[in-house]
Amino acid sequence: METNFRIEMKAIKYIGGVIFGLALLIFILSAMLGPFTTNQQEVQALLSEKQFAQLDSYFQEELYDRDFQFGFQMAAVIRTGYENTNRWAKKEARWDDVLFERKMDLSSKIVRGANKSAVQEDKGLFLFLTFGLGIIGSLMWVLPNVILLGKKGIKNNHYFQQSSTNRGWIGWLVFACLVSFYILLYFFPDFITNWIIVTDPLSMALNRGAASQWFLYGFLYCVVMSVMGVRMFIKYRHNRYQMFRTSSVLFFQICFAFLIPEILVRFNQPYYDFKNIWPLDYDFFFQWNLDAMLSNGTLGLFMLVWGIVLILVGVPVMVYFFGKRWYCSWVCGCGGLAETLGDPYRHLSDKSVKSWKIERYLIHSVLVFALVMTGVTLYTFFSGDQEVLGVQTQDVQSAYGFMIGSVFAGVIGTGFYPVMGNRVWCRFGCPLAAYLGLVQRFKSRFRITTNGAQCISCGNCSTYCEMGIDVRWYAQRGQNIVRSSCVGCGVCSAVCPRGVLKLENGPEEGRINDNPILIGKKGIQLSKNVTS
Amino acid sequence: MKHVLIIGNGISGITAARHIRKQSDFRITVVSEETKHFFSRTALMYIYMGHMGYEQTKPYEDDFWAENRIDLVHDRIEGVDFNKKVAHTQSGVPLAYDALILATGSKPNKFGWKGQDLPGVQGLYSFQDLELLEENTHPPLCSPKERKVKQAIIVGGGLIGVELAEMLLTRNIEVHFLIREDRFWGGVLPKEEGELIRRHIESHHVKLHFNTELDEAIPGEDGRVHQIRTKDGRLMDCQLLGLTAGVSPNVEFLKNTELALNRGILVNEYLETNIPDVYALGDCAEMKTAISGRRPIEQVWYTGRMMGETVAQSICGERIAYSPGHWFNSAKFFDIEYQTYGRVNAELAPEEEHFYWENIAGDKCLKMVFDKETKRFIGLNVFGIRLRHELLDQWLNEERDVEFIISNLKNANFDPELFKGDEKAIIQAYNKEFNAQLELKKKRWKQIFALK
Repeated sequence: METNFRIEMKAIKYIGGVIFGLALLIFILSAMLGPFTTNQQEVQALLSEKQFAQLDSYFQEELYDRDFQFGFQMAAVIRTGYENTNRWAKKEARWDDVLFERKMDLSSKIVRGANKSAVQEDKGLFLFLTFGLGIIGSLMWVLPNVILLGKKGIKNNHYFQQSSTNRGWIGWLVFACLVSFYILLYFFPDFITNWIIVTDPLSMALNRGAASQWFLYGFLYCVVMSVMGVRMFIKYRHNRYQMFRTSSVLFFQICFAFLIPEILVRFNQPYYDFKNIWPLDYDFFFQWNLDAMLSNGTLGLFMLVWGIVLILVGVPVMVYFFGKRWYCSWVCGCGGLAETLGDPYRHLSDKSVKSWKIERYLIHSVLVFALVMTGVTLYTFFSGDQEVLGVQTQDVQSAYGFMIGSVFAGVIGTGFYPVMGNRVWCRFGCPLAAYLGLVQRFKSRFRITTNGAQCISCGNCSTYCEMGIDVRWYAQRGQNIVRSSCVGCGVCSAVCPRGVLKLENGPEEGRINDNPILIGKKGIQLSKNVTS
Repeated sequence: MKHVLIIGNGISGITAARHIRKQSDFRITVVSEETKHFFSRTALMYIYMGHMGYEQTKPYEDDFWAENRIDLVHDRIEGVDFNKKVAHTQSGVPLAYDALILATGSKPNKFGWKGQDLPGVQGLYSFQDLELLEENTHPPLCSPKERKVKQAIIVGGGLIGVELAEMLLTRNIEVHFLIREDRFWGGVLPKEEGELIRRHIESHHVKLHFNTELDEAIPGEDGRVHQIRTKDGRLMDCQLLGLTAGVSPNVEFLKNTELALNRGILVNEYLETNIPDVYALGDCAEMKTAISGRRPIEQVWYTGRMMGETVAQSICGERIAYSPGHWFNSAKFFDIEYQTYGRVNAELAPEEEHFYWENIAGDKCLKMVFDKETKRFIGLNVFGIRLRHELLDQWLNEERDVEFIISNLKNANFDPELFKGDEKAIIQAYNKEFNAQLELKKKRWKQIFALK
């Protein structure tokens, strides 16, 4: 039953796929372009006096005036020099000679400056060949869905049959790509300077500075969310809640998480994302951040007060009236990526009681870790002691940054989308989600109302719950869903074929109905202490 | 300890088992030949379309049953010896019981058509039917060359038929519908709603043939169905013939026993059969005296569940009559959801009047039936609009009049947030048609949740 029009749309889709694949290939291969060369003067200009003094002799032998084909070769040499220096300094107990700047940052600086590749020569061209073609190709893949998905309505056809969304080889390939990307981004930015400099023209335009890996990430994040946001607009075009929600996460990501902070930097103000809230924004109370805010006049002070007000007043008040969804699925950047890029993977979250148990232990442990880490940080800030109970404050911060900030939130949080669903971080790790969740569970007007006895236990709601809530468990008993983890994405309500679920903010009275009586059983009173 | 044996692990049998467990320590055994674990029959279509896997259709995790001491037996019951209180299984292990619950469900109707058992001809009810459908059709997402079914014919315009059509479309199969009546689901839907659904189904490129009945299925050279003949002599090609002209109680194995049968297993208002300690519920049960306004056999998920809850009370010592309350039901026709509350018959009774509203796009409607004289609200159908069950049930109990309901429709709306409601358009249409001056009331939580 293929009409010609559909065949044409399919053709556009597949051509788009090829273009996207090509852009991806160029992006990956561009990381291999070289050469990289540097000399003593350049390095001296980039490093501090102490760094240069420590590294110069090693660099004279291994680095200066040598041609490196690949950026990562040069980065490896710099890293070796750095490690040798610090190993020696520590062995000799010459603590003043130990280098403290992170080696990936130090290495990045040098490798960037040494970049003589074709990418460096024509950044605009590569920006088009990678991001430009990628956007064109993916839009060509997505837009024909208006026709191909058929009339507006829920069309989850083949999610459990195709390799990309059912943990098939494509899923695992995407998993490998995402995990590798995050590892490179967080731990080896000096290996991927070609990718970073591609976004230099944009960075220059926005903040008048060269791009960092975080600029690359921020820009990529916005691009991916926008394209996948278009996919959401098409998929859920019958559902105004989803349309508004998707618009909202796109707005907050592009304006609040990307444009405003970059523009602030342009005007020499502290980099600040006005919608990021501690403890998700775990370094909010770090010395350097507090110093930056306190030394930047009224705006800096406003940022500090705004941040604290959000934590203490914003979160509880907003969650009371709207549930944690006001943040998690309407504002948050992590949530925004999960709701756009992650939407095709939402059904892969584990719904078992066991995973719920793990979730509760894990997420509250992270919250406690964040509280302890921040407590230690503030103690150091006010007392000046670098140690608390024999532990270096900086070690606690680094441990948190590495384990939670980078590995959990990034590598696992997003990398695992294609195998564990799109909310791995939000569900198991995010300390802010834990805080919002506690308020939502115990003091909120938000609930998902179950519509009388209309549930047919089909399981669409549970299947498509990204947070792994077994929605059906409640719905089939006629019970409202009040769960701390619910981010209020509204998809359970959208996929329900019988109109059983409605997200709403209503009176607290009757929000939790523990022993519901299903309609249609006049005269049957269940005994009060019934479980299961 | 009393042993309750339940034959059938569908919604009726499983609901009974769960509620007996809630209230007693009886030994409970559930036997089914279909699948070991309870799954949601209503989700069969979603497995075929790839919205879910079989695992996702199970409402309870596999260890739920052991935790709640409900023994599952995956076996076929060949017959029951009601005198000795023993059920005989295919594997030969006898199952003795103290109380027996028959919840054996249905099987698709076959009306003795010639060729009705040919390969490629099937109904859609059980998990095995789904497996057979997988065999009879090509795999999902295969190349056009591999498609072995180009055209399918479905007989019977009802809920299962429309589901089957939706399923087949996801495999790029052209679907034709043979419908005996002059409109879709004509035995249940009034004319206007039937027309709205016809338009919607046709917009999905399904071909509807009204006033058309199957006469014969004709095999091709390979012995599989390749053509059908209609009663008016037309020949139509097909490689799959879906028989979805209703279902009937699955009681074959109980025939010629002392159990009283008609079309289904005859039960009184306590769901008791003619044999002590033997109950029947769900699709297979037939009320000796139908509850007023209801059919003696109701093959609906919700009634099966309510019967399960009722019978559990009786078995646990509090004998209670089955009292299902006001009628309600729901379905989905492709992209349009349907809900109904109270009674709306295909044809109006003499004392009834109706109000019908449809949106301009023609994909949403509301039908309200009320008493001509008193305007007492009798029932409604909605398509493309969700309404609150509890509130409608309450209004039916309170015997509200149609004007009260039209004025308070905002409270009843259950569409997701931010949807544009149609209440204003509805009340304007009502005012115009009935020359009334009703005003739309604002949404009030107190009324919605019946708070003081």
